Amino acid sequence: MGAMFRSEEMALCQLFIQPEAAYTSVSELGEAGSVQFRDLNPDVNAFQRKFVNEVRRCDEMERKLRYIEAEVHKDGVHIPAVKEAPRAPNPREIIDLEAHLEKTENEILELSHNAVNLKQNYLELTELRHVLEKTEAFFTAQEEIGMDSLTKSLISDETGQQAATRGRLGFVAGVVQRERVPAFERMLWRISRGNVFLRRAELDKPLEDPATGNEIYKTVFVAFFQGEQLKSRIKKVCTGFHASLYPCPPSNTERQDMVKGVRTRLEDLNMVLNQTRDHRQRVLASVAKELTSWTIMVRKMKAIYHTLNLFNMDVTKKCLIGECWVPTADLPNVQKALADGSNACGSSIPSFLNCIETDEEPPTFNRTNKFTRGFQNLIDAYGVASYRECNPALYTIITFPFLFAVMFGDLGHGCIMAMFGGWMVVKEVSLAAKKSNNEIWNIFFAGRYIILLMGCFSMYTGLVYNDIFSKSLNIFGSSWHIPYDNHTLAENGALTLDPKDAYTEVPYFIGIDPIWQSADNKIIFLNSYKMKLSIIFGVIHMIFGVCMSVVNYNFFKRRYSIFLEFLPQIVFLALLFLYMVFMMFFKWIAYSTKNDELAYTQGCAPSVLILFINMMLFSKNVPEEGCKEFMFDAQSDIQRVFVFIALLCIPVMLLGKPLYLLATKKNNPKPEHSNGSVNQGIELQEQTDLGDVQPKPEAKSSGGHDHEDEPFSEIMIHQAIHTIEYVLSTISHTASYLRLWALSLAHAELSEVLWNMVLTFGLKDHNYVGAIKLYVAFCFWALFTLAILVMMEGLSAFLHTLRLHWVEFMSKFYAGLGYIFQPFCFKTILEQEENKDD
Amino acid sequence: MGYSLIPIFVFSILWGVVGIICPIFAPKGPNRGIIQVVLILTAATCWLFWLCAYMAQMNPLIGPRLSNETLIWISRTWGNKINNTQA
Repeated sequence: MGAMFRSEEMALCQLFIQPEAAYTSVSELGEAGSVQFRDLNPDVNAFQRKFVNEVRRCDEMERKLRYIEAEVHKDGVHIPAVKEAPRAPNPREIIDLEAHLEKTENEILELSHNAVNLKQNYLELTELRHVLEKTEAFFTAQEEIGMDSLTKSLISDETGQQAATRGRLGFVAGVVQRERVPAFERMLWRISRGNVFLRRAELDKPLEDPATGNEIYKTVFVAFFQGEQLKSRIKKVCTGFHASLYPCPPSNTERQDMVKGVRTRLEDLNMVLNQTRDHRQRVLASVAKELTSWTIMVRKMKAIYHTLNLFNMDVTKKCLIGECWVPTADLPNVQKALADGSNACGSSIPSFLNCIETDEEPPTFNRTNKFTRGFQNLIDAYGVASYRECNPALYTIITFPFLFAVMFGDLGHGCIMAMFGGWMVVKEVSLAAKKSNNEIWNIFFAGRYIILLMGCFSMYTGLVYNDIFSKSLNIFGSSWHIPYDNHTLAENGALTLDPKDAYTEVPYFIGIDPIWQSADNKIIFLNSYKMKLSIIFGVIHMIFGVCMSVVNYNFFKRRYSIFLEFLPQIVFLALLFLYMVFMMFFKWIAYSTKNDELAYTQGCAPSVLILFINMMLFSKNVPEEGCKEFMFDAQSDIQRVFVFIALLCIPVMLLGKPLYLLATKKNNPKPEHSNGSVNQGIELQEQTDLGDVQPKPEAKSSGGHDHEDEPFSEIMIHQAIHTIEYVLSTISHTASYLRLWALSLAHAELSEVLWNMVLTFGLKDHNYVGAIKLYVAFCFWALFTLAILVMMEGLSAFLHTLRLHWVEFMSKFYAGLGYIFQPFCFKTILEQEENKDD
Repeated sequence: MGYSLIPIFVFSILWGVVGIICPIFAPKGPNRGIIQVVLILTAATCWLFWLCAYMAQMNPLIGPRLSNETLIWISRTWGNKINNTQA
């Protein structure tokens, strides 16, 4: 069978692994990514599992790695991406890695701590220097004021006097944040009752706060006061406002010395700070190279230990037992992975794999490549297929873009869409490498093949609809010519071409004739054509869906369903709706303006819809003069027969299967059910090699209801619901397909409106002003085309096509009750972790 | 019945080649079945789509209604002359 025809065969396997080889074996299995483990300890607490300590160690290592990564990011060191993910480390490497991480973390912590201390010192010294420099100005001013009254020759007396005067005035000098200065001033004023004199000078450059690294603007202040009590009060206020106080020597010489000393200390400190920074950079740079691969290794380790926690420890045989689902096609890979794991560990006793039989429903696994994955996702979004049921995704690859194109049909817009999809496909490697966080872009990129196919099919349907940006192409010459002469044309403002005179016998080569684009009554013609088209494709799509159920019935050995369910369903659908499709084709062929017989000319052409309704209601229509009610002789008899047979199908659908099951249940004894279970200490089967693998899980119990166990009333009710649903859905789904007509009409009309209202504005003038107008008009036209017609209509048609597939097509045969296969695969685990990080 | 055999043959042969001949030459590999289904479905749907458009126009029951300016313009540009009679 082809790859995507149905989901793959799965086998439930037991793994027997030696404890020492367990880690490496699971690591190999994770790299292979083909098994889904089952939890054999479901009622055990997460903290009581066997490998919980190891998981804790991994968590601790992850924490250290996160810290280191944060520090590396803080300094802006570039972390190079790793090309190939490294394998999980073996136990010896784990210990080394742990020690290395511990050492690095401690080193970085120490460096940070030291850096903070140094910066604190630096800040204090810088502030002290600023204080000394600024207060220089204050004190010299003070001295000048003080010196006014005294002559300069009396220096010794002055110093004594000044010392006396200055001795009475105390001061504190310090630095405070600029924002707090007004409040600080006010507080000082209040506590001193106005007896404090504050002088301040703002610092131009902001200073770096050592803890946070923020730059803060500060102000130097000197507060002059008298008395000790005031001094203590002022000091309290300063502490309250987080102002740092610095001892400032009163005399000039002492200040100069201090300034020099501070300057030298600052230079030394600067040097030390730079060296510390360099050292930190070096450490971080060396760590950054390994960071990604360490992170990956630790994540893989954690995944392995979580998986090992799912295993069961067999005390008597002293080995770990695990249960997993494996696709049968991948069994050799799994065997090889187990062998590699044992070899890597150097264990003498090999691990082996044992397939067991079970009645449980296995997970559904469809092997997809980058092209088919998008379509499979569309189907899985509705419901994952039951085990080994027919996979509708295979047909969706073409029917989805095609039905989209019927609704979107425009050569120009399809071209835009195809180019967008084509660009994404051609550049997919480079675009996938830039991992984006934008959800919308990720969705578009994941559906690039779908978009490309939709664009290509839209170009084809646009060609057939003869619609390119609401204009038609006349490549092959129109089939209509003008039969009128000058005089008739001059007299009448508008004329309708009669097919009898104006139509050459041959239709336009591809698609709709270009003359219709300019016609006033274009919609009347197109409506008739597109409605018939929608019903034709709808009925065929639904018949295809019903036929898919045969494949399922055949595979699951429910052949009675083919006669009791499929046959009445298809007969009902075909005799009524395929007959309607036949009537449409017949009307296209039989009725013409050039027929000799009056009954087959355009005046007498019956409406297919009215004929259908009359058929269902057994009513008659009185035809017009000279016309016939029916399209061909014996049509009324055929119709009556068809309707009777279709009505007879309904009780067959309703009662056939339940009665059959009732009859067979009485005759056959209940078949035995056997469950493959994991018992501790059971004797292991002899088969260990692939040749003797037990047969796959019984297909009869999967893919549908287990009828043997249901009471008759349940079966009957299910069948009644199913029958009513089917019968009603034949008419409602057929009508639902008319959305193909509706959306294509809307698209064509929007396109035409946009052209007539926007672009013609720029096309009417033929002078230079017209050129500018055209430039502006084209800008708007292009914008609206992209936003409304391509994006909005595209999304709308996509949604409706999806609905048509999910409801109208898949409800005819799809069960969709399975669960998806989620293998233990490092690639997916790493991707998930990365997405969580971002 | 207004039809010409040429387009019918051309298109049927074209899509017949795509849908019947090409699947025989699908490259062997795990995706052979998928490629065959894709080709067959493409050919079937596209051929049927073209056929419906063709058959809907074979025997038109109404004709286009055009303004006289359009009619004159069509006759000049699409090369079918109108009779130049005076009343």
